[in-house]
Amino acid sequence: MAHLKTAVGKDDHKLGNPNASKVLVEYGDYQCSHCGIAFPHINRLLDNYGDEILFVFRNFPLQESHPAAMMAALAAEAAGRQGKFWEMHDMIFEHQDSLSADTLINLAEKLHLDMEQFSNDWRSQELLKRVEGDFESGLRSGVNGTPTFFLNGARYDNYDETYASLEQMMRE
Amino acid sequence: MILAPNTPAPDFELNSTPDQRLKLSDLKGKKVILSFYPADWSPVCSDQLALYNETLNIFREAGAELLGISVDSKWSHLAFSQDRKFHFPLLADFEPKGAVAKQYGVYNDKTGEAHRALFVIDEDGVIQWSYQSPDGINPGADGILDALEQLNNRKNK
Repeated sequence: MAHLKTAVGKDDHKLGNPNASKVLVEYGDYQCSHCGIAFPHINRLLDNYGDEILFVFRNFPLQESHPAAMMAALAAEAAGRQGKFWEMHDMIFEHQDSLSADTLINLAEKLHLDMEQFSNDWRSQELLKRVEGDFESGLRSGVNGTPTFFLNGARYDNYDETYASLEQMMRE
Repeated sequence: MILAPNTPAPDFELNSTPDQRLKLSDLKGKKVILSFYPADWSPVCSDQLALYNETLNIFREAGAELLGISVDSKWSHLAFSQDRKFHFPLLADFEPKGAVAKQYGVYNDKTGEAHRALFVIDEDGVIQWSYQSPDGINPGADGILDALEQLNNRKNK
């Protein structure tokens, strides 16, 4: 059974209740259609169980399969530098079918980000290292595709692209 | 039975492109990851080889070369590799069909394909780790990375 090798820490992007007994970590790729399917399910889960769960998103961009995945991951991280990670995260998934550098810049403008800072952060080695660090922690934890979920550290293999299979974990 | 650790890796020579052949013993001095898989053209998002393609840097940092191997022909491999933008060789265990998979104990007589199986071979050509994944399950890269790490730790002691 695969286990999360890198514990959830202060640098992770989190939603929900920090003291919740359920911690759900997703390794995802912004250009992966399966992650696009999971996106509204996660939001629904958080709407319904937001007090009982802490959700963490980590990057797992498959760059050769998805040419825009890395730049999208970096754009979300760059928005995060201005406190808008989740806003960018959501908008990227909402525009998943048309991801490109231009689209990402438009989204950043819509969020009224400081564009000079965004553009510097977007290209920074520091954020690249962060995304690559997410990827490597996923590999070492047994992520074999996206999305892969970990519930309280154990890989959650019951997800089958339905909301019900995700909600099931609240009863485990 | 899949060949176990501490077994010398059987040598082979197979096509890695339509006009090039690769001999396992030519890679002595390097660590080799041998990834047997059933067939070219499996779906992308959860595809094992697409995952390893993204892991090559980490494999190489650990001093290891990755070789994919299946019973598909060199022409299928060429098209598959170009389509998926793979940056590592795919070996054609094509004629006699599955001969290398049989030597490594990972040939599936029912389907006529290799099982999904992994070997980590050390610099001296000895198998140090092997794993056969259940059919249809992508084993990921964690087992390989753990095996490489153990090898590298052992050497540093």
